[in-house]
Amino acid sequence: MKSLFGVRAWFRSGTPWIWLNAGAIALCLVMVIGVLGLIVVRGGSHFWPADLQQTEWSPESGQKKVIMGELVRAETVSAVMLRESGATVPAELEAVTRYLVKVGNRDLYGRDFSWYMDYEISGWTAPEGAIALERRERGNFYGFPLKLNEGDTLIAEGAAMWPELLKRVERANGIFQQMKDIEKNDISRINNQIEKLRLTERRLVLDKVSDAEMAEFKAQAEAENKILNDEYAVIQQKLDQLRAESNRDNLVARSAEGREVTISLANIVKAFAPNDMSVWQKTRHYFSGIGTFLTEEPREANTEGGIFPAIFGTVTMVILMAIIVTPFGVLAAIYLREYAKQGPLLKIIRISVYNLAGVPSIVYGVFGLGFFVYIMGGSIDQLFYPEALPSPTFGTPGLFWASLTLALLTLPVVIVSTEEGLSRIPSTIRMGSLALGATKSETLWKVVVPLATPAMMTGLILAVARAAGEVAPLMLVGVVKLAPTLPIDGNFPFIHLDQKIMHLGFHVFDVGFQSPNVEASRPLLYATALVLVLLIVVLNMAAIYMRNRLREKYRSDTD
Amino acid sequence: MKMNQDKLTVPPVEAELKLSDEKIKLQVNDLKLYYGDALALKSVNMTIPEKRVTAFIGPSGCGKSTLLRCFNRMNDLVDICRIEGQILMDGQNIYDPKIDVAELRRQVGMVFQKPNPFPKSIYENVAYGLRLQGVKDKRILDEVVETSLKGAALWNEVKDRLHDNAFGLSGGQQQRLVIARAIAIEPEVLLLDEPASALDPISTLKIEELIYELKDKYTIVIVTHNMQQAARVSDYTAFMYMGDLIEFDATNKMFTNPSQQQTEDYITGRFG
Repeated sequence: MKSLFGVRAWFRSGTPWIWLNAGAIALCLVMVIGVLGLIVVRGGSHFWPADLQQTEWSPESGQKKVIMGELVRAETVSAVMLRESGATVPAELEAVTRYLVKVGNRDLYGRDFSWYMDYEISGWTAPEGAIALERRERGNFYGFPLKLNEGDTLIAEGAAMWPELLKRVERANGIFQQMKDIEKNDISRINNQIEKLRLTERRLVLDKVSDAEMAEFKAQAEAENKILNDEYAVIQQKLDQLRAESNRDNLVARSAEGREVTISLANIVKAFAPNDMSVWQKTRHYFSGIGTFLTEEPREANTEGGIFPAIFGTVTMVILMAIIVTPFGVLAAIYLREYAKQGPLLKIIRISVYNLAGVPSIVYGVFGLGFFVYIMGGSIDQLFYPEALPSPTFGTPGLFWASLTLALLTLPVVIVSTEEGLSRIPSTIRMGSLALGATKSETLWKVVVPLATPAMMTGLILAVARAAGEVAPLMLVGVVKLAPTLPIDGNFPFIHLDQKIMHLGFHVFDVGFQSPNVEASRPLLYATALVLVLLIVVLNMAAIYMRNRLREKYRSDTD
Repeated sequence: MKMNQDKLTVPPVEAELKLSDEKIKLQVNDLKLYYGDALALKSVNMTIPEKRVTAFIGPSGCGKSTLLRCFNRMNDLVDICRIEGQILMDGQNIYDPKIDVAELRRQVGMVFQKPNPFPKSIYENVAYGLRLQGVKDKRILDEVVETSLKGAALWNEVKDRLHDNAFGLSGGQQQRLVIARAIAIEPEVLLLDEPASALDPISTLKIEELIYELKDKYTIVIVTHNMQQAARVSDYTAFMYMGDLIEFDATNKMFTNPSQQQTEDYITGRFG
């Protein structure tokens, strides 16, 4: 009886509730830290240059063979399972440890990841002098360098070769960069101008101008075309020259099992010897790897290289969305709160707006595709870009439609927060302004709206957080798996609203589930997810910083 | 009672004030005000004399603030509010549909119970009314801000921080800032709705001194709960009760020799 009294007293004191609340918080923290920890560890470890491990593989059926590569992971599986799947496992074994090894050399082996059974291999060693080459095509190469050639003449061999190789790889990379710049700037400019000429001609045909005018234009266009084509020929020649230059050197290397390969230095992004690197060198390699990941374009069907276009696309789209949604949301909220006659109709409208926030986002995607892209975009094409038809300009998914769809999706959030902000402005402040002879709209724009800006920013923060992470509707209205050309460039009008973009969220989906090389892309998946999370954090921090500045500015003791 | 009389002798009363001698600024004719179906003001008739301080006193809910808000049509903001009757300002009915309400409010300034500076700098608060009228000349603005702040006895305290946020001021300073803001547009009438009720005694005293100075230039109407304050600052006092104007006379007379029993009961604290 007494102890029951004690328990009851403990309950009545409220202590259990505190424990419950604290427990809930602890659980939340564990989950958040778990998610972040997982993507940080999985994504971050990808850039660390792992040692190259070598072993002798002697399968029951077949020849002994030396293999070398990065150990990705080891797992223990039951022998029964392996036997059922067709492997011949020695009868005395019940469980088998198997290793996933990134053996690279896709050009030699056909695939760059392989499983090896514990009982088929001797122990792992990290051989000195093993090198890894990150290549533009066919994945990594792992092996041992033999000799460095310039054309057919031998340049270096043995110990002197490594520094010379690094130097020449750097040179080849420089040339590659030059070629890329030329393709990106000059060739794209020329293509652009030629296309413009074609469109202008088509437009003149559509406008049914007189034959004389047409002839005049044609003569002019031909002249311009000729100039452009000549320019193009010059550039093309220069490109060919550079290509030949970059192909000048090649490396002869031996794979672990003894096959010789010749690799052109033009194909090498980076050469490193992980087994001979100090921790300091590995750290540098690690950070330069992260830098490359953030600033480069993806290669090899998104399984290699960086994610810069996706970051850029996401940020551009979110900023554009913010620019579209803020004025709409704010104006709508002002009307709802300040001007509309409060009554049942307004109540219905308000509930509808609030409920829009709960509509599944794919529905917005379908609407965006059906209405924005096909109806609005199609009309825009017919009105403003008839010369480009039948190939669509705005009548196809693109940056602008993606932003507009997201703006629609996040509109309720902005409206709700702005309305709340407006309703929190003390009526005495409005009265003060009205009593000074201000009209309602003057009061609104000079006093009330500035005071409500922090609330609007809160809405915008929520909108940005939601928009940056949204994927489903974007697949329909403008995001694609590969679009290395950025929507902002040096060609008029600089922002290309009709261009398709890459997006981090979709990139995660694509890399994770649509990749031709699952094992290679797995770490990139985590790294991309990490970047997406960080990007949303950064966007939010920027918005929160701005909101706090505004709050400080309009600090009021009535808050 | 005794104390009130003592206080009353402080301002020099030139002569016995008489309502019939005054020039009329505002005239209220048979004013009825409804909140929905409830009658809040029951046929009020009164005249507010020019360049005098008129105080409205009465228990809470008697309609004194409501009546005050009729003078600059702040009651228009209340949807369910309906008004019958007339208020004439200089002979012109301010409830005439042709009247520009914003223009009326420029002529009839108002200060509220709680200081309500805008979330702007001190300077911008005072300049707000002028900017609304389209004044952009920096020289004029500077000048008006200075004279208004001086007029509201705030200049010396804020002249070094005109561009600081007005919320940094104390409550009493904020209230004087609001008065400065109101007089910056040079209204003819100044309505004060319990201007000192949210302030400490020293700030209250400053506001009262200010009212005394301002009456040379403005017709002032003040609502107050504080009988001593009414006695100290006003020339005329109106006592209201349950939406009726019970008595309206020179303050001196009201506090010494009220003609209505109800007024005497209220002033002496027997109810209310």
